[in-house]
Amino acid sequence: MIPNILSIQSLCCGYPKFQLSNIKIDIPKGSFAGIIGPNGSGKTTLFRAITGTLGIQSGKILLNEQNLRKLSPRLRAQNIAIVSQFIEAGDMSVEDYVLMGRIPYHSRFSFFEGEEDFEIAQKYMEMTDTWRFKDRLMSELSGGEQQLAAIARALTQQPHLLLLDEPTSHLDITHQVHILNVLQQLNQDMGLSVLMVIHDLNLASEYCDQLILVNQGKIHIQGTPEEVLTFQHIEDVYKTVVVTQSNPLSGKPAVFLASRKVLKEIREKLSNS
Amino acid sequence: MQKKYLQWIVYLSGLMVLLAASVVLSLSVGEMNLGFMDIFKILREGNTSMEYTILSQIRLPRVLLGIAVGGSLSLSGILLQGVYRNPLVEPYTLGISGGASLGVAFAIVFGLHQLIGSFILPASGFIGAFLIIFLVYTISSRSGRINIQSMLLTGVMVSFIASSSMMLLMATTNSENLHGIIFWIMGSLDEPDMSLIYITMVMAFASLVASYFFVQPLNALRLGEEKAKHLGINTDTTIKLLFLLASLLAGVCVAVAGVIGFVGLIIPHLMRLLVGSDYRILLVSSFLSGSIFLVLSDIIARTIISPNELPIGVITGIVGGIVFLIMMSRSTVRSLKTNG
Repeated sequence: MIPNILSIQSLCCGYPKFQLSNIKIDIPKGSFAGIIGPNGSGKTTLFRAITGTLGIQSGKILLNEQNLRKLSPRLRAQNIAIVSQFIEAGDMSVEDYVLMGRIPYHSRFSFFEGEEDFEIAQKYMEMTDTWRFKDRLMSELSGGEQQLAAIARALTQQPHLLLLDEPTSHLDITHQVHILNVLQQLNQDMGLSVLMVIHDLNLASEYCDQLILVNQGKIHIQGTPEEVLTFQHIEDVYKTVVVTQSNPLSGKPAVFLASRKVLKEIREKLSNS
Repeated sequence: MQKKYLQWIVYLSGLMVLLAASVVLSLSVGEMNLGFMDIFKILREGNTSMEYTILSQIRLPRVLLGIAVGGSLSLSGILLQGVYRNPLVEPYTLGISGGASLGVAFAIVFGLHQLIGSFILPASGFIGAFLIIFLVYTISSRSGRINIQSMLLTGVMVSFIASSSMMLLMATTNSENLHGIIFWIMGSLDEPDMSLIYITMVMAFASLVASYFFVQPLNALRLGEEKAKHLGINTDTTIKLLFLLASLLAGVCVAVAGVIGFVGLIIPHLMRLLVGSDYRILLVSSFLSGSIFLVLSDIIARTIISPNELPIGVITGIVGGIVFLIMMSRSTVRSLKTNG
């Protein structure tokens, strides 16, 4: 059996008005996993608990079988890299921004990046296709380019687990697919474990091998896209009528929905016949 | 070597040369002008001549204090802007000048300087500044964690209370005390006590060295507090310690030289425009250019209406403000051109 990169055991955490309760998640090494769920279901709260920004009340989060809480901040940053939804890095060049990923490896007294740091940064910038605009300012980049630079920065941390918070929101399909392809490539070539929060069910289905459906502060179901993306689960959680079929190209489940008007017409036809 | 590092070396050497030049200029200019070359000769020959007395007793102490205070205020400003990630924060925003002024006004109104001795003025200035820092700090860190925005607001409010209390003292005292308070508030590099100058210099350079222990957290904070945490930075400790360091620096400066405004706001901004936002170069270049700026301002302050002297805070405000506006509009024009 493949050991888990991330294992969450009976986790409770949250805010006075919103709680995640009894969360259990196991993510094997080398997975490409997605957290899905409606707005306000607790995806971001769960994400923040894993990143360590939010304290936990009970339960455990194990990373490579080590308690995440007991890791020092530096060691944690060497193991988990995070790509947040919003990137604020206006006045620095892309290269300087990516080099920030080396901070967890620097001692307090090492003021200058070494050759190795530059080589590592260059490697991941080439891998994410950001090397060609390394001297431009972050603020001059488009949303998709910024997202790629943020991924390059995260990879420069050389993590075992890459966490992404809605990496494809605000992007057109060209950039959505480009970014997910880059992530898939990294997952396959380097065995990097990826966990991302993602809204688009069809993209989630297409790229992830594991899905975690969150609803009202609880895990509704965890499994393969085929197990999770059934019309029943989606209707239960999203309160929306959908049809699921397998994608003719990939064979993965694809989710279709229809407007209320169309649904009404279908109902009328059914009742007439 | 990386191009970036070479550039930094160029900036540093440039600033060093400028500082040396402004020191020489400051030593040579005054009621009695001395030739650049003569200065070294006079200093080497020793204490017989009048020129030597002018240099060693009057001009050199001023220059040394200018270097220390200018550097400290500017360093304090850049540290606070880094911590608060707000370009409008300067050492005085957080009530440090208000507290120091209140302390001094208190000492003058109640005649402490006549009772105890003149050193009580800087001492009470420092105590006033320190009490305010302590107050702002404890109010905003009750739960063990610091909320940066509420801390900023607390600082501004406490600052208002302190300066209003000082007004109250000023309104109720006699005109001689009033004059004393105003004279002190306007700020000056004229400090007869050499040991205070040494203390300020040691503080300034020690703080510059200490600030470099925080250079990586400061750089990481440019991405925001949460992202700095993701990079393994202990942001809470960093913010607390840097706040204390910057406040103490500003407190010492205000206690020794009075309220000299704008240095802590303008110099960090100018340096950002010039050398970029990487704190590894920004800290030391802000320090050096703060020193240069104050030494030059002091030359203007004491020569422009010679033999009388203008308060140095007036010069830093007017000259600094105008230079800054020019730089700003230039860089706006440039960025407008490049963007479209």
